Amino acid sequence: MAEEGASGFQIHPMDQFIVKPLFGGDHIAWYTVTNVTLWMGIAVVAIAALLMLGTRRRAIVPSRSQSVAELLYGFIHNMVEEVTGHDGVKYFPYVMTLFLFILFSNLLGLLPMSFTTTSHVAVTVVLAMMVFLGVTILGFVKNGIGFLGMFWVTSAPLAIRPILAVIEVISYFVRPVSHSIRLAGNLMAGHAVIKVIAGFATLAVASPVVIGAVTAIYALELLVACVQAYVFTILTCVYLRDAVGGAHH
Amino acid sequence: MEGDIAEMGKFIGAGLATMGLGGAGIGVGHIAGNFLAGALRNPSAAPGQMANLFVGIAFAEALGIFSFLIALLLMFAV
Repeated sequence: MAEEGASGFQIHPMDQFIVKPLFGGDHIAWYTVTNVTLWMGIAVVAIAALLMLGTRRRAIVPSRSQSVAELLYGFIHNMVEEVTGHDGVKYFPYVMTLFLFILFSNLLGLLPMSFTTTSHVAVTVVLAMMVFLGVTILGFVKNGIGFLGMFWVTSAPLAIRPILAVIEVISYFVRPVSHSIRLAGNLMAGHAVIKVIAGFATLAVASPVVIGAVTAIYALELLVACVQAYVFTILTCVYLRDAVGGAHH
Repeated sequence: MEGDIAEMGKFIGAGLATMGLGGAGIGVGHIAGNFLAGALRNPSAAPGQMANLFVGIAFAEALGIFSFLIALLLMFAV
């Protein structure tokens, strides 16, 4: 590797995830405007633009942007109603916000030279912890102390219920970890793979193969971006069902 | 060659940790394969089970992602 480095064969797949301040300096405080801030802002503006411009005319025969906005709305509304039941529909705005933010961050991150905010665990942990804390508080508010009955599996034989309770408690507290790492890990791994394959293009012989491979992986990443947003949202609905439906189901 | 033996152990450990992702591959393939087998027998019931399919895949995949996390921790955090 060391002797090849001189000929320009260098791959830095993780450089795309470096957080940089936009306006000079190296110090990053909590108020520093970085590329993460920029791309989160672009995602929020894009979502607002799509929904506000799409629903401005409210025509009977929808325009293209109106159909996209209506399709997204209907898709998430159906999912919330199907998974959490009728009582869960009032949490639809939160679920819709989560879905649109993650979807737009994932898709904007696929633009060349852009920054994928959802590839950072710091971003996804905040999203997952909001869901976790929200669901826990909501569960205790709705069901009182009966929410703890979720860990006491009454359908199992009495002898193994304590063991099951321990496993259920552990799995409950692992939820925010897997919820956030899944999103960040998938996005980070996919983008790193694109960069590693693109790095092979410096060998002139391999470049036609590399162009095909990068195109194929890019198409896969488009699918992954949508599927991961969907998975994050549907898991939010599954967790909400525990809190809204209570332990009795 | 440079670096010390702790550095070498880090790289070997990270490489070994990625083998856990093979298990996630087996799990995801098992779920998707069984879904397809069931869907071909009863195609009319398949669309209603898409949500369950994705939730199942997500849970199976999460455990593989944990080993990827260990690899990343070994490479960049240890």
